[in-house]
Amino acid sequence: MTNAHPIPFRAILRHVLLIAGAALMLAPFIWMISTASKPQTEIFSSELHLIPHQFALVENLREAFAKANLLRFLLNGIIVTVSIFVLQVMVALPAAYALAKLRFLGRETLFALVLFGILIPPQATAIPVFLLLHKIGLLDSYAALVLPFTISVFGIFLMRQFFKTVPDDLVDAARMDGISEFGIVWRVMLPAAIPAVTAFGIFSVVAHWNDYFWPLIVLNSEHLRTPPLAVAHFRNSEAGTSYGPLMAAAMVIIAPLVIAFLFAQRRFIEGITLTGIK
Amino acid sequence: MAQIELSAIRKSFDGTDVLKGIDFRIADGEFISLVGPSGCGKSTLLRIIAGLEPQDSGEVHIDGRPVDGIRPSARNLAMVFQSYALYPHLSAFDNIAVPLRMRRLSAIERLPLLGALLPGRRAKERHIRADIEGIAEQLDISPLLRRKPGQLSGGQRQRVAVGRAMVREPVAFLFDEPLSNLDAKLRVHMRAELAELHRRLKATFVYVTHDQAEAMTMSSRIAVMMGGELIQAGTPAEIYNEPGDIRVAEFIGSPKINVLPGRIRKDGGVDVLGTALKLTCNAAAGDCRIGVRPERIELGTGPFSGTVVHLENLGAEAFVHLAVEGIGSRLIARLADVKHLPAMASSVAFGFAPDAVRMFDPAGKRIELRMEQAERIREPAHV
Ligand SMILES: Nc1ncnc2c1ncn2[C@@H]1O[C@H](COP(=O)(O)OP(=O)(O)OP(=O)(O)O)[C@@H](O)[C@H]1O
Ligand SMILES: [Mg+2]
Repeated sequence: MTNAHPIPFRAILRHVLLIAGAALMLAPFIWMISTASKPQTEIFSSELHLIPHQFALVENLREAFAKANLLRFLLNGIIVTVSIFVLQVMVALPAAYALAKLRFLGRETLFALVLFGILIPPQATAIPVFLLLHKIGLLDSYAALVLPFTISVFGIFLMRQFFKTVPDDLVDAARMDGISEFGIVWRVMLPAAIPAVTAFGIFSVVAHWNDYFWPLIVLNSEHLRTPPLAVAHFRNSEAGTSYGPLMAAAMVIIAPLVIAFLFAQRRFIEGITLTGIK
Repeated sequence: MAQIELSAIRKSFDGTDVLKGIDFRIADGEFISLVGPSGCGKSTLLRIIAGLEPQDSGEVHIDGRPVDGIRPSARNLAMVFQSYALYPHLSAFDNIAVPLRMRRLSAIERLPLLGALLPGRRAKERHIRADIEGIAEQLDISPLLRRKPGQLSGGQRQRVAVGRAMVREPVAFLFDEPLSNLDAKLRVHMRAELAELHRRLKATFVYVTHDQAEAMTMSSRIAVMMGGELIQAGTPAEIYNEPGDIRVAEFIGSPKINVLPGRIRKDGGVDVLGTALKLTCNAAAGDCRIGVRPERIELGTGPFSGTVVHLENLGAEAFVHLAVEGIGSRLIARLADVKHLPAMASSVAFGFAPDAVRMFDPAGKRIELRMEQAERIREPAHV
């Protein structure tokens, strides 16, 4: 009996710490929901309370949808993130296959360049890319949002590491069976790498759905805006920031990711541990 | 169905020579085993025949035509890999169907959704299905066709891999240690099945293994490779009885052949452990090595003696390990009569018939021997 519960103290401590951490992480979200549910007068009242005295969530949501074309922004978000992901896969898979399984001169150098590419933050290349898009007249378009991200060095690196674990015999068997090299990428490597592609997909979609910086600098037209810009729209209102509708809009734009997370919780966690993003 | 000819095949990886000029001719319908220790270049040679690896120099001819620069699939060979290399995401049926679909369907017909709508595809798929069901019948895997490779046992995967090779009716089959991932019992069973398959298909089989028992039991000819060279090829009996090189003698046969130090006298006679053998040779005087198979050692009589240090009784036969003064390693004798085993630590006399002796020079090359005159003369008198 005595050693049935060896040291519950450590377990308790662990849980207390984890709960504290989780509370810290969740606080802004809870505050967002709380604020989104309060009428303007309560938001600016000096007393702090989480549960609003008077529920105004519906009004705030209605105002948010009235002030900005939120549905359009969500659609833009989907168009942009899906296009980016599809193009990234179309580039990264063949490149990763070549780096992992084909023998050619300069392969190691190329791979070193890929690793080097990971080290360059996107902000560093933002201005040259902006100028380039300006020169070819693509600013303020979907293309401006999508094209700069089609070659993901991180994606190439991740898929290459995964392809390394696919046995060479499988590739050779495919060659014996008459599958072309491109065919091998799509028919043999892609199915074998579904976990890695999913992981990369989560990484890519989350990153570009939430991207604020790039859309902000290349877009002008309101109808092209992505979800994070939509929130900014409320902040910029000349008649002072209306926090209720802003928080309601923020809720709406993070909803797709949260819902996706709830549906595919396990995949999300696998993906995030595999890609090592926080 | 195909004859394969290799001439002066050389290959090196990163500056080390892996194949050092292989010349070999494989006749139509032969079952050739390529054997040799690990790392001697067997797989590399097989991959060169398949076209998966380009050779540095030399030529491969299949049915008289040079195939260098021809894609693996266009050589119409099939390969079975040690790891089976089945596509993990496809069912056994689809695995076997891959080579047929790649060959019989056009690129558009192979497209995932669109292809199914094309009129020609239906009929072709029906043919493919019929072919696969025929193969599955022969290999006894019909009930397994819907399973994924992960849901099959090692032996079943192996059959699916063989099915995928058979279905395209290749001119030759290349096997790279296909049985080494199976347990001992299944291995013996599959050995018989593969030999049976070869008799039925009458196709050329090139079979790589480092298991000499597989090579001995299945093949029509064995080619022994060592250190990137093909040192002897012949029927299993030839390789076993008339090894041309001490490395071949030592590699083939289990337990290993006994090697005793010997000396060639000036007059051509041979001494072993201080005793003259009734043999002569034409080689120059000097050191040599004498090989005698365990089953040719006769215990109880003979000019030599040793101490029993270990006994292995397998029921049907027994191996007696003897420590003999003057040789480093132990000598092993096979006894067919397990009822009369010598006692441990006892001293036993042993000898061997002159025709059991295989002699090798210090470099390992075989030296031809002659029975001594006296024997020769007596023998015709007997008849
Ligand atoms: N792609 C490669 N790159 C570099 N070295 C290689 C490559 N493939 C094979 N080698 C080397 O060539 C030699 C022969 O390899 P091979 O696979 O042909 O041996 P093997 O006879 O099949 O051995 P095993 O019985 O262990 O399969 C080995 O020393 C191996 O390290
Ligand atoms: Mg090998």
